[in-house]
Amino acid sequence: MELELRGITKRFPGVLANDDVSLIARSGKVLALIGENGAGKSTLMNVLSGLYRPDAGAIIIDGVEQTFDDPGDAIQAGIGMVHQHFMLVPVFSVAENVVLGVEPVVGPGIMDRKRARTEVREISERYGLAVDPDALVEELPVGIQQRVEIIKILLRGARILVFDEPTAVLTPQEVEEFFGIVAELKERGATVIFITHKLKEALAIADDITVLRGGKVVGSADPATATPEELAAMMVGRDIDLVVDKTPAAPREDVLRLDGVDMVDDYGRPLLKGITMSVRAGEIVGIAGIQGNGQTELVEAITGLLPVAAGTVTVLGKDLTHASPRDRHKAGIAHVPEDRNEMGMIENFTIAENLVLDNYYATPFSKRGVLDDAAIRSAAVEMVEAYDVRPPMIDNTGGALSGGNAQKMIVAREFSRDVPLVICAQPTRGIDVGSIEYIHEQIVRKRDEGKAILIVSTELDEIFALSDRILVMYDGQIVAERSAAETTPTEIGLFMAGRTA
Amino acid sequence: MSTTSPQMTDGGPPEPTAGQTFVQRLAVAQDWRSAVLIPVLAVFTAFVIGGIIVMLTGVPFTQMIEAYVALFKGSVGSVKAISETLTNATPLILTGLSVALAFRAGLFNIGGEGQLLIGGMAAVVVGFSFSGLPWIIHLPLALLAGMIGGAAWGFIPGFLRARTGAHEVITTIMLNYIAVLLVQFLLTTSFFQREGRQDPVSKNVESSATLPQLLGWINPSYRVNLGLIIALIAAFVINWLLFRTTLGYEFRAVGANPAAARYAGISVPRVYVLVMVIAGALAGLAGANQILGVLGRATPGFSGPGLGFDGIAVALLGRSNPWGVVAAALLFGGLKAGGQQMQVSAHVGLDLIGVMQALIIMFVAAPALITTMYRLKAPSTSAQITKGWAS
Repeated sequence: MELELRGITKRFPGVLANDDVSLIARSGKVLALIGENGAGKSTLMNVLSGLYRPDAGAIIIDGVEQTFDDPGDAIQAGIGMVHQHFMLVPVFSVAENVVLGVEPVVGPGIMDRKRARTEVREISERYGLAVDPDALVEELPVGIQQRVEIIKILLRGARILVFDEPTAVLTPQEVEEFFGIVAELKERGATVIFITHKLKEALAIADDITVLRGGKVVGSADPATATPEELAAMMVGRDIDLVVDKTPAAPREDVLRLDGVDMVDDYGRPLLKGITMSVRAGEIVGIAGIQGNGQTELVEAITGLLPVAAGTVTVLGKDLTHASPRDRHKAGIAHVPEDRNEMGMIENFTIAENLVLDNYYATPFSKRGVLDDAAIRSAAVEMVEAYDVRPPMIDNTGGALSGGNAQKMIVAREFSRDVPLVICAQPTRGIDVGSIEYIHEQIVRKRDEGKAILIVSTELDEIFALSDRILVMYDGQIVAERSAAETTPTEIGLFMAGRTA
Repeated sequence: MSTTSPQMTDGGPPEPTAGQTFVQRLAVAQDWRSAVLIPVLAVFTAFVIGGIIVMLTGVPFTQMIEAYVALFKGSVGSVKAISETLTNATPLILTGLSVALAFRAGLFNIGGEGQLLIGGMAAVVVGFSFSGLPWIIHLPLALLAGMIGGAAWGFIPGFLRARTGAHEVITTIMLNYIAVLLVQFLLTTSFFQREGRQDPVSKNVESSATLPQLLGWINPSYRVNLGLIIALIAAFVINWLLFRTTLGYEFRAVGANPAAARYAGISVPRVYVLVMVIAGALAGLAGANQILGVLGRATPGFSGPGLGFDGIAVALLGRSNPWGVVAAALLFGGLKAGGQQMQVSAHVGLDLIGVMQALIIMFVAAPALITTMYRLKAPSTSAQITKGWAS
């Protein structure tokens, strides 16, 4: 089925979210829709899935104009959405999830479980999805859960499949498998729309690329000839340097040292096993690894958010193994946490309040327990300006910022402190290209000031772009250490997958 | 797994705010609509529906109008009425602040009643035990005793939450029962019980520990007393504490996002204990106010009964803002004062007041009812609202 959008316009109070957007998704092809956060991708998809009615414009499927009053109409017309956050019932089986709402019945109120299973198995086999209908969803890895969502929409007769940031939650292997599934869907004649801000993925999988910026279509590209730089420039509206400029590191003394650090969970199972490592002043150490191999726990062991079972953590020779998070903060650790919204900021605090989240208690922000509003505000104005947080309204809530700007706000707070050790966990996860470029520059600048920098990232590209030295974590251990100049992504990728050095 | 956050420009429906607790969504306003518009419409709607309910029981429309006129007169129609409204509002301000402060830190203090009772008992002991003390020493001492009593009763659930994770909703409810029964028991002991009485009534508070009437020089029946001023000072102090001090910043941070608070180096257990101690002190002060300002002695029903529980309603209606609490307490105090008048002169039962209070809280707790009824546009991010109203 061919899908055409013609002149779609959607207004919200004070915001023109979609401005005369026209695009075509060809039958049996993959259209990548790329754009920064806030470019209007989500609004467009909500129009397409019947959640919003456009103020102007038409949705045309195979030459027939459609009107969607609600999501049911869109499904009826053959459009299926796979959202970034899955809508599955964890305690139900795959088959139960798939038929939820359209259960086959053998009598009034009695579900035909056998038919449900058969239908799931048939679709699963036809598209090579390899999903067991009887598995419990909560026990499945994220990649398989995503396939359950795909089966769900295929069962409802979708011929146009829309994926919203489908790879954001997947491991590199799962991304590969996902690309295989998309190829299979294409093979069987489905039309795929793939929303992303990851340029390499768009280039790898798409047949057509349409770029959105500020609610408008600003161009399209042929994946066979386009380069990531060209696409980035179109998305952002200016030239983007995807390669981080940096000189060779000049590392000095050890700032952070971990010796034989073990950590266990509530049931005594090991999370970290004998971690011994160091980060020196003037170097960037990158921790590579697939999500869930102990990186989060490593950072929390260093920052004091989780207790260690054995070993020592020292900063500049000072033993902080059992120090509180506050004491470690005072001892000179800055921390950009991996979960921006859950940990790095308080969404209903103002930007000014968020900018003093971990040093509100210190001068000049407070004196004898009383906050100094003027000092907080003037520092906030400076930080927002220096770190390019947009819009620079310090009285807006942190939650009103886009992902990239929220991250810049957190980076501003942590980097404004003159401390010897900076830890950045997933510093650019889920944020736009312009902000990534900016944050990477700041990290390198911090290194050149002689700080010790620890980066944790699941994006191998980011590890290679920034690191002077790379450590690979697998199953709670550091399984390899390489100088960034003397290794390759392929080698690190093998370590990430569990090969030992 | 949150890789994107709500964005202004995409303008979608509001996403649940990360890390925000249920208590926060229920009790703390995030924008002016939920702070002012919803409560005002809730009150108005409660009046209309309350009237309809009473008319369904066979009361004619004209009598209903008379009832509301009486309600109005009885609450603000005369100096006496205003005095009664303020007298009723005083303890509600204090218990409302107690609950509101806990809400701000993400705790649901259902124990205001127990804290009020223990605080009142502590105040009455000081009130009747010392004779011959000057007013300027005795009264502050008795008030302080009330605060300490309430603080001690608040410390227990705070400590249990901090140390063991025992949920404060459960522990405060249990402590309410203990307090109620403890008061009944204590009032029959010879230390408390007035000589020559068999029923549970305490000795009288010495006049040097009594809160002086504010308008007694005009007419001794104007009961409003110094407690009102103390309650207003408390509202001022709590407002200052919450928004101007590092401690208040910590309270609000823990309430809005405990994980982020921990990340910021704030000791969450310490905050839980401190919040419950201060909340308990406020409720205890309400108890002391009743003993020293209104009753002059303790009886098993000296909490109203239910002033501690009414504090929850006041805090909800006041959206956990100290001045909002004052406004809500004045409204509830007025309803109570006017309700008496309504019952006497229009023969509409005092139960209507209870119905209206319940309706108000229902509408405030479930704002969707109000937004649907008045076809208000769905709330969205604050940035958009500002823009929307400007255009």
